[in-house]
Formats: sequence, C-alpha cells, structure tokens
Amino acid sequence: MNAKWAVEIVLAINLAFLAVPAEAADKVDAELDAKTVAIIKRDFRDKGIAKVERLNQDEVQALCTKFLDKPPRKDRERLEAEQAQAIKWPADGKYMGDWKAGERLAQNGSGMTWSDKPDAPAGGNCYNCHQLAAKEIAYGTLGPSLLHFGKIRGNTEATQRYAYGQIYNAKANNLCANMPRFGHMSILTEAQIKDLVAFLMDPESPVNKD
Amino acid sequence: MNISILKNAILVFAMASYCSIAFAEGSVPKEIAAYREMISDGNPAEFDEMRGEELWKKPGGPNKVSMEKCDLGKGTGVVKGAYAELPRYFPDTQRVQDLESRLITCMTTLQGTLESDITAKPFGGDNYKPEIESLVAYVVGQSKGVKMNVSLKHPKEKEAYEIGKRVFTYRAGPYDFACSTCHSQDNLRIRMQNLQNFSNAKDAQDSYTTWPAYRVSQGLFRSFQWRLNDCLRQQRFPEPKYASEVTIALTMYMAKNANDGVYAGPGLKR
Ligand code: HEC
Ligand code: HEC
Repeated sequence: MNAKWAVEIVLAINLAFLAVPAEAADKVDAELDAKTVAIIKRDFRDKGIAKVERLNQDEVQALCTKFLDKPPRKDRERLEAEQAQAIKWPADGKYMGDWKAGERLAQNGSGMTWSDKPDAPAGGNCYNCHQLAAKEIAYGTLGPSLLHFGKIRGNTEATQRYAYGQIYNAKANNLCANMPRFGHMSILTEAQIKDLVAFLMDPESPVNKD
Repeated sequence: MNISILKNAILVFAMASYCSIAFAEGSVPKEIAAYREMISDGNPAEFDEMRGEELWKKPGGPNKVSMEKCDLGKGTGVVKGAYAELPRYFPDTQRVQDLESRLITCMTTLQGTLESDITAKPFGGDNYKPEIESLVAYVVGQSKGVKMNVSLKHPKEKEAYEIGKRVFTYRAGPYDFACSTCHSQDNLRIRMQNLQNFSNAKDAQDSYTTWPAYRVSQGLFRSFQWRLNDCLRQQRFPEPKYASEVTIALTMYMAKNANDGVYAGPGLKR
C-alpha cells in the first residue's frame, strides 16, 4: 500500500467519525425547532385584533429566524429582490406628502397591539427607534439617527424614492433588518408613507431645519 | 399590620409624586436609583408580600387547607431560596415549572381550586388583586440575597432552555419582531426606556433578579408572567396563555442566563 492511500484511508475514517455526531446534533436541533413551533402554535390565543394567525411566519421571517438574522447570501438576495418587486410605488410618481402629518405619525407609537381598537389607525413608531427632529430628545436607538436626513442626503427624487421604499419595505434593502415593513404589512397607507418621506426630506421639516 | 399599611400608603404617595417629577425630567433610571436609596428599607411590594404570606399560611380553597404543604422544589413547605432555583423539573407533574405554574399545581391539588378560576384573570388591576400574584410576591421575597442557581441537569430542563432560546428569536407578526429584536444588543433604548440584552450575563442578572416588581407607573405589583405578557403585546403577538409551556421555556432561558446573580426582588420599576 502506498503512503498516499494510507493517508486517504485514515482521513476517510476520521471524517466518518466526525460526521456521525454532527449529523446527530443537526437532527436534535431540527427536532427542537419543530417542537418549538408546535408549542408556539398551541400556547397563544386570539386577543382583540391580535389573532394567532400572526404566528405563521412568511418566508422572510422564517429564514431570518432560522439563520439568526444572518441568512446565506443566495437566499437573502433572492428574497430581497422578491420584496422589492412587491413594493407598490405611488401611481402619481410623487413621494412627498405633508411633513406636519408625518411628524405626528412619527411621534405616534401605537398600533397593531391587542390593546389597540380595530378601527384606530396605527402610528409610525419612528421615534421608538430613531432620532429625528433635534428638539425631540425622547428617541430610541434601535435604528440609526435620521437627524438632518434630507439635508445630508440631498432632497432629490432618488433619495425621496429610497426613503419611500425603505419605509414601505425595509426588508427589500436588508432582509433581516429590525425595521418593520410598514407598507408591505399594511400598517401605513401610501398617503401616510408620503407624509413620512416629507418629514424626512422637506427642508422646512424640523428634521432638517433645526 | 395597620402601621405597615399606613407606612406603605405614605410610601406609595411619596413615590407617586416624586416620580411624576422624575419622569417629566426624563432621567428615569437615575431618579429611581436615587429614590430606591432614599427608601432603602421600603418597597410597596412589601404589602403584597405580607398579604401573600397570610394567604400561604391560612386555610384556603374549597378544601380549606393552607399552602404550607406545597413543594416548590426544595421539599414540602420550603419557601426560602426556592425561587432562585426555578424553573425546574418536578417529578410529580413530570414537567418543568416556573413559580406561577407550580403555585397553580399546589392551589389545585392541595386547596381544590379550579385551574380555570386562577387563570381567568391572573393579573391585578385597579380594584382587583388575584391571590396568585400575592403568593408570588411572598415566595420571591423569600429568596432575597440568594444566588440564582437554575439547573439544566434534567433532560427536560435542558430541553426547556433550548426551546426558550428558540422562542426568543422567533420573528413573526405584522412588525416581524422577536424578543431578540429588542433584547439582543447592548445599551439600546426604545424611546427613553433602556433595553436589556439577555444574552449578556450582566444584563440578564440585573434584570431577572429584580423581577417580579412593583411598577410605580401603574401602582401595582407585577409578576414575571405579567412582564412576558406585556412584552409580547408590544411585540404585536397574540396573547400567551398564562403559565403555559411557551412562557415557562422563555423564563427558563432568562433565569439560566441570570445564574450567579444575587436575587434582589421584588424589585421597583418605573
Ligand atoms: C423597531 C425599530 C424601527 C422602527 C419602528 C423604525 N425603524 Fe427605521 N430603521 C431601523 C433600523 C434597525 C434601520 C437600519 C436598517 C438596516 O439594518 O438595514 C432603519 C433604517 C431606516 C432608514 C434608512 C436610514 C439610512 O441611513 O439609509 C430610514 C429612512 C428609516 N429607517 C425611517 C424610518 C421611519 C420613517 C420610521 C417610522 C415610520 C421607522 N424608520 C421606524 C429600525 C426601525
Ligand atoms: C418592541 C420591543 C420589545 C420586544 C419585542 C420585547 N420587549 Fe421586553 N422590554 C421592552 C421594553 C421597552 C422594556 C422596558 C419596559 C419598561 O421600562 O417599562 C422591556 C423589558 C423587559 C423585561 C424587564 C427588564 C427589566 O430589567 O426590568 C424583560 C424580562 C423582558 N422585557 C423580556 C422580553 C421577552 C422575553 C420578550 C419576548 C417574548 C420581549 N421582552 C420582547 C421592549 C420589548
């Protein structure tokens, strides 16, 4: 027997030994994943507008859960493209609404919980996660600061369109981003998203002015 | 007893007025820390602890027996230090239980109370204080100063932990949120409220060892089951069933991550 063969046989045996526990661990993990989903589906109940159907994951949520927000590049790019495809752009080609209405939406943190009334419109929750106007100091830090957003990026049609898309569906830009998909999930209307774009972009908006 | 009630009433009043100023100024954690120091021997949760102790010791339920024969994991009737080792596996029920689900076991088997009577309205409100919440206050208070020591030796304990870890990262609902959306990075805030990172041992310890807690903004003692319930509401999820396996698994995940922290509850929160 030549030396090369011997090495290959030893390698093969080693690999066989390594493979068994790894496979077993994968199987245990898969069983735990399945059990977790079964328990989740069993242990919640409808309350107010929050129905148990909300626990069914779409493909984006399932993939991000499975890979702890770091999905394989191929899947990520495919789904990002699908999410981008599904964005409904304004038919009139205009991205800007009323920045004052946008400011009120940004301040409003309610919406979609079981304690919200079915007919009460949802807020934007923006201040929960972002710094926006300089005068508002009660802002969260889950997302990046958007102070002077329009001033820094330039109030061009391309940036307006980018902001509209980001609010409509942040997952089209970054699949497992922590920002909700306000348009895609029908949390906000087209008109409301335009108001928010104006709040971000308009030179008169306190986001840019102060 | 009357004097303590009076003392507590004064405390609550003082705290309410003090805190409304503190909140207006927007530096809540610092102000609460200062306040805590000021009243270092008094937390309105003491009132709930006392009521809980009475409920524990006096005959109750249809069977008219006390809870003193309840086994919280350290043997029949042992309350001291029990909370610091929960959740744990119980051979009699053959499942992992947190404090609330174990109290339900004792209230149903010893006292003969119907489980549905306990779970129908398990959280207090303005004019309503469920017995189980006071029992929780009493039991957790008896672990003050004890190091968290949650075990994963039993396979079902290990399994509960693994499931809890998975529930923690399960993204769903209209906002795509999971617990980890808000609780897996250091030093973040939602508006002005600090978010704890439960994969970081220090945050997990600081947080878990100060729940259940008296919530100043609500003027009520709140159990850990309540804390989970309210975070799942903010997560835009449907409602978790009280003391269900999914809530016990989440509790196991957080309690284990808090091991070696010294239990300091009932806490005092904004
Ligand atoms: C729960 C948290 C959260 C909420 C609520 C939220 N965002 Fe975001 N936002 C983020 C995060 C996180 C990012 C970074 C995205 C990424 O990781 O790809 C982001 C990014 C953005 C960006 C892109 C910033 C850049 O530099 O390109 C804009 C614009 C934005 N958000 C606007 C908004 C507006 C307007 C609202 C309210 C309607 C809002 N966000 C609500 C978390 C949030
Ligand atoms: C949308 C954001 C959000 C999500 C999602 C969320 N939480 Fe929270 N959580 C908070 C906020 C904000 C606080 C602080 C609340 C306060 O100060 O009143 C908090 C507080 C807590 C605390 C108490 C911390 C302390 O030290 O007082 C625990 C425990 C907790 N969350 C667990 C969870 C678990 C488990 C989940 C998932 C089932 C979850 N949270 C999901 C926002 C969230």
